[in-house]
Amino acid sequence: MIRLDVNGRIHEVDVDADTPLLWVLREQLGLTGSKYGCGVAMCGACTVHVDGQPQRACAVPVAAVGESKVLTIEGLSADSSHPVQKAWLAHEVPQCGYCQSGQIMAAVALLAEKPKPTDADIDAAMTNICRCGTYQRVRAAIHTAAGNGRA
Amino acid sequence: MGIVTKLSRRKFLVASAVAGGGMAVAWSVPAGLLEAFAQTTMPQPAGAPAEVGIWVVIHPDDTTVVRIARSEMGQGTLTGLAQLVAEDLECDWSKVRAEYIPPEVNLANKRAWGDMSTGGSRGIRTSVDYVRKGGAAARMMLVQAAAGRWSVPAAECTAANSVVTHKASGRSLRYGELAEAASKLEVPKDIPLKDQKDWKIIGQGVKRLDTVEKLNGSQIYAIDVRLPDMLNAAIAQCPVFGGKLVGFDADKINGMKGVRHVLKVDDVTVAVVADTWWQAKTALDALPIQWDEGPNANVTSASIAEFLKEGLDAKEAAVGHRIGDAPAAIAGAAKKIEAVYGTPFLNHATLEPMNCTAKVSEEGVEIWVASQNGDASLAAAAEAGGVPLSKVKVNKLHLGGGFGRRGFQDYTRQAVLIAKQVPGRPVKMIWSREEDMQHGFYRPITQAKLVGGLDAEGNLVGLHFRLSGQSILASVAPSRVVNGLDRLHFQGLLDDEFGYMAIPNLLIDHAMRNTHVPVGFWRGVNHNQNAVYLECFIDELAHAAGKDPLEFRRKLLAKNPKHLAVLEAAAKKAEYDKPLPAGIFRGICQNYGFGSYTAAVAEVSVTDGKLKMHRIVAATDCGHALNPDQIAAQVEGSFVYGLSALLFSENTVDKGRIVEGNFDTYEVMLMEQMPKVETVIVPSGGFWGGVGEPTIAVAAPAVLNAIFAATGKRVRTLPLKHHDLKTA
Ligand code: FES
Ligand code: FES
Repeated sequence: MIRLDVNGRIHEVDVDADTPLLWVLREQLGLTGSKYGCGVAMCGACTVHVDGQPQRACAVPVAAVGESKVLTIEGLSADSSHPVQKAWLAHEVPQCGYCQSGQIMAAVALLAEKPKPTDADIDAAMTNICRCGTYQRVRAAIHTAAGNGRA
Repeated sequence: MGIVTKLSRRKFLVASAVAGGGMAVAWSVPAGLLEAFAQTTMPQPAGAPAEVGIWVVIHPDDTTVVRIARSEMGQGTLTGLAQLVAEDLECDWSKVRAEYIPPEVNLANKRAWGDMSTGGSRGIRTSVDYVRKGGAAARMMLVQAAAGRWSVPAAECTAANSVVTHKASGRSLRYGELAEAASKLEVPKDIPLKDQKDWKIIGQGVKRLDTVEKLNGSQIYAIDVRLPDMLNAAIAQCPVFGGKLVGFDADKINGMKGVRHVLKVDDVTVAVVADTWWQAKTALDALPIQWDEGPNANVTSASIAEFLKEGLDAKEAAVGHRIGDAPAAIAGAAKKIEAVYGTPFLNHATLEPMNCTAKVSEEGVEIWVASQNGDASLAAAAEAGGVPLSKVKVNKLHLGGGFGRRGFQDYTRQAVLIAKQVPGRPVKMIWSREEDMQHGFYRPITQAKLVGGLDAEGNLVGLHFRLSGQSILASVAPSRVVNGLDRLHFQGLLDDEFGYMAIPNLLIDHAMRNTHVPVGFWRGVNHNQNAVYLECFIDELAHAAGKDPLEFRRKLLAKNPKHLAVLEAAAKKAEYDKPLPAGIFRGICQNYGFGSYTAAVAEVSVTDGKLKMHRIVAATDCGHALNPDQIAAQVEGSFVYGLSALLFSENTVDKGRIVEGNFDTYEVMLMEQMPKVETVIVPSGGFWGGVGEPTIAVAAPAVLNAIFAATGKRVRTLPLKHHDLKTA
């Protein structure tokens, strides 16, 4: 049994120690908001926070999480009211939406580190793939969430 | 009831001849099948909200559910179709929700909700009339119900914002209060539509109906489906197309944790079924599998390139477009320009990999699927399950990207074939990214040779454009290849789409060279590569003629005012006549496809060989602009899809198989490369053009032409990552 702290709740799961955190979230805990896109830490669709740091859950063995606190998109806010979610809604960022959990988690982590990110900061931090091509709106929504006063 | 039980795969690939080509062709269900299908009615449990006509369900609190037959894959069609219904329904937009029509209900009702196929950018443009009529009919029924209740003539009543009013007597009733009575009325036969000048919802940038769930993880995609008792499957298909599964050593993995079954799915596929997908995938990776790699095991990208190159000068070629005598005009020209271009295979790489959940039991087959064509999914499930169409239930889920890939139903068929061997339990099959990357229906590989002749004044007197490469229809809808001519291959180049009709002598022909790699409709389809070849070569001709590329095009577009108008709109917004800051250069291009005119101006700089795209101005004339904000979203996204193909993406072939397995080798564009995209919508009215695809065609050529302006280098083969842009 492996103990996990996810979104403020303790879970016990019976999985192999090297099972990626992503698949434990999705299959054992039923938290399907974190997505599988590549499995090799390339696309960011599985981005969650581990002790506040953005991590690609497909590349984190569940045993490596230990006592750390995991935050997924489902735990970001109770009612989609996180400023980043609100900015995403205002800019109508999602198209298919599949990458957006990861985009939002990456953006939240960026803003925690740099509350007023520049375009260069956004370029460096936001390396999540969006095949629908929502990058322009992701950028605009991050600026809005940061109160950067530009669309 | 003559139920069809055994259907050949080929039958589902019957084409419906649609001018202009596109994605709809491959996936239709033959009309004959519909006749064989039991007629049932839409189930309406007691106490259910009232169905007013077939498109609209109205709840007592005025909540208005609009039924949608097409698929939402990010392109906004769900919202757009609801807007169209709501316009003529005269309902309160804030009360509108949308729901999918189950394919089995559509088929059982002789396709009352029309075509479910969602491709070719035709989700909106080919359904406008009938969905608006659906809204209008419901409004007429609601008005009639109110008039009946008040005993006044219907003509004295008006409808607006989900309320019917009788002005003379000052009475009014909400739609929610009228729906029950309205649902019992006959659907009117003569259904006039609102005049354009009275439109209130069409043309508005209303908010999408499907955003919030995508912000909090609650949107359920097919890959997220969880059912009681569900098992999970991972599959491997023969890595070489045309090869076969010989055998596998199940004993090696049978003892692994969670593993339940190791199965042959079909002649080329093996599956491991386990309690969780991670267990299935881990066991599959450890499974020894023997493949017969078949006759294509020696094919490489180099051998394919040679094969196509030979087609560039081959005697035999199907002529798609001829005006005058191009070879003679070129022979007699003062100056002859020649160039050879090429573009690679490309995977769609939807971010959600292919997957499908299926349950096969005595009751029949039930599937949970992300599909661009619900009807075709149903047909594929029936065929694989060996059951009549009436025994299939399809649960359509939102797509984590489609781009043309999810019209093909290979993954639906596999899921059912697996579930059939585990009867009574739902099985979710998910492809790994590698499986997805290496078993696609790729954008066709092609090369092109263009030869142009200029007279002494620099006028284009003749153009010969030879395409050599793979035809989509040859494998997907062979009946549409007539006398060796695949018209779809010429997208953008035939007289119904081609803008340069003022060229006096023109020859565009195609030497079909089909490889063993499966090809399909990739967002924008053949426009993508054709526009690169044409628009970059026109740029080459302009430079050879010593003329400005916009000026040069103006003359050639003289017979096509709509093409020209969009190009002018892009140029105007980009202030083409004003100089740019030092170090920044422009490229320009235009195209027409999927019923819409598009043009782009790209502004780039190249420093130490490094490209930076500063700004893109993209103009589009899609006739009527249903939702300007969503059009802008599609235009922005089109540049990401098109520029990914320009900058990085390619699928290469070695030992008969696709080399790239994941996003480390199949690179796509990220935030860092994203230029600022400014969308200019210039709707000229009178028609409904597509939006999701037309713009992709202008993305790459605009940037390539700007790169030439910046460096003097002509990049003629994609992707750009193989080229050194350093200027000496
Ligand atoms: S699934 Fe984890 S980075 Fe792609
Ligand atoms: S919104 Fe579709 S992948 Fe990003």
